[in-house]
Amino acid sequence: MSESSPILEARGLVKTLGGNRVLENVSLNIGRGRVKVLIGPSGAGKSTLLQCLNLLIPPDSGRVLLEGSEIDARNRRELCSFRQQVGMIFQDFNLFDHLSALDNVRVALMKVRRMSKLDATERAVAELTRVGLADKAALYPANLSGGQKQRVAIARALAMDPKVMLLDEPTSALDPELIGEVLAVIRDLAQGGMTMILATHQISFSAGLADEFIFMERGRIVEQGSPAELLAKGANSRTKAFCAKISELTGEADAEFRQ
Amino acid sequence: MSTPYLEFLSTELGPGLVAGLWTSLVVIGPSVLLGALIGLTVGVLRVYGPVPVRFVANGYVSLFRGTPLVVQVFFWYFALPFIKIGGVSIVLDPIPAAIVSFALCSGAYQSEYIRGGLNSIKRGQIRAAMALGMTTRQAVTSVVLPQAFRRALPGCGNEIVYLIKYSSLASLITVNELTGTATTIAKNSWRNIEVFCTLGVFYLFLVTVATGLLRLLEDWLSVPGFERPKS
Repeated sequence: MSESSPILEARGLVKTLGGNRVLENVSLNIGRGRVKVLIGPSGAGKSTLLQCLNLLIPPDSGRVLLEGSEIDARNRRELCSFRQQVGMIFQDFNLFDHLSALDNVRVALMKVRRMSKLDATERAVAELTRVGLADKAALYPANLSGGQKQRVAIARALAMDPKVMLLDEPTSALDPELIGEVLAVIRDLAQGGMTMILATHQISFSAGLADEFIFMERGRIVEQGSPAELLAKGANSRTKAFCAKISELTGEADAEFRQ
Repeated sequence: MSTPYLEFLSTELGPGLVAGLWTSLVVIGPSVLLGALIGLTVGVLRVYGPVPVRFVANGYVSLFRGTPLVVQVFFWYFALPFIKIGGVSIVLDPIPAAIVSFALCSGAYQSEYIRGGLNSIKRGQIRAAMALGMTTRQAVTSVVLPQAFRRALPGCGNEIVYLIKYSSLASLITVNELTGTATTIAKNSWRNIEVFCTLGVFYLFLVTVATGLLRLLEDWLSVPGFERPKS
């Protein structure tokens, strides 16, 4: 497998939900160590696209390939092993509420990867340490802040050694003062070479991180290119117009967009 | 003139009801355990099972919740021996017949509490479990069910309390449990009011003990986010 060949690839994904075409023939691929950021208005299909990419939502048609080989969604064993290799972070964390932070990270290691309790514990503690939560291992989700919950969720996904991570608006459900701690973890991951597809509205943050922006609207990829290109001063891109609108609403300084 | 109540209680009524109490426990214990097991299994199958299995499970619940328990008790004791399959028929003794009736009826009700508990757990948690590579079965058994069970426990406890009292129907198929014994003593002594009021106290005692045990179980399973509100 050469450096340039894509780790994850989607070809011609189509999905109709409740009579609406949510994805209209979407294709994308991502190479090792790259970071792609999905942006676009709500309802554009970003979330559906991410969930189609790890087949949590089965696409009506289209194919998903991991390292060049197509995933057969009807083969349960293949599907489970594929999903292990594709980490997923959700907007609303989806921690297992009856398990401590440690057990949240440990449960899949033991049930899915069949690790011994000792090994799984060691690994889980290491991942919690990586996201700065070693001292919170014994706490339950009900006793964690939103930012801490999302970091546990990230540790849980990382413990499975994913080849690529899909992050679905990881900071959208967080109070403003908690966003920073999650973004810091995501930045560390990117700098550590993790391959990521990230849907977010944190434009200035992701502009500094992304190799490519993918702008989606009404189930289609409308524009894609490097943030510098799409957000350049003279650029007349849809991406730039959208980002300007967001920054107006959230009060982000316009200067932050400029690379 | 008959003997005073306290003497009647200590010589005749008390010893009789205590013996009946043990028989009641022999009926109630396995019925509770089997009923909970059936309820858990059927509840899960009704929510996550394949469509044909859901259909069968729903049919079971409709049948056993929809017919009087007396009819079911009579069926298992009196009618079952007449059903021959390949020349073989099953004849149940009174106590096993009572246990089968109560467990199946209780299971139908329990499954409804479990189903409610399962549906109260956000779908996102299953999605997260599957995203980690778990199969649906693993996601249900290690993520959803432990939470659903905690949510369902108060309702399930309610059903257990109810089972303790409907176990009295075993007396109709000659099981000499609490109510059966009380009926016999009442007939022989002609002291209906005293006998049945004392019987009520015995059931109250059983239910009180069961409620305490359920509390302990609830506390034992309690984790932050699933605790019983402390007043």
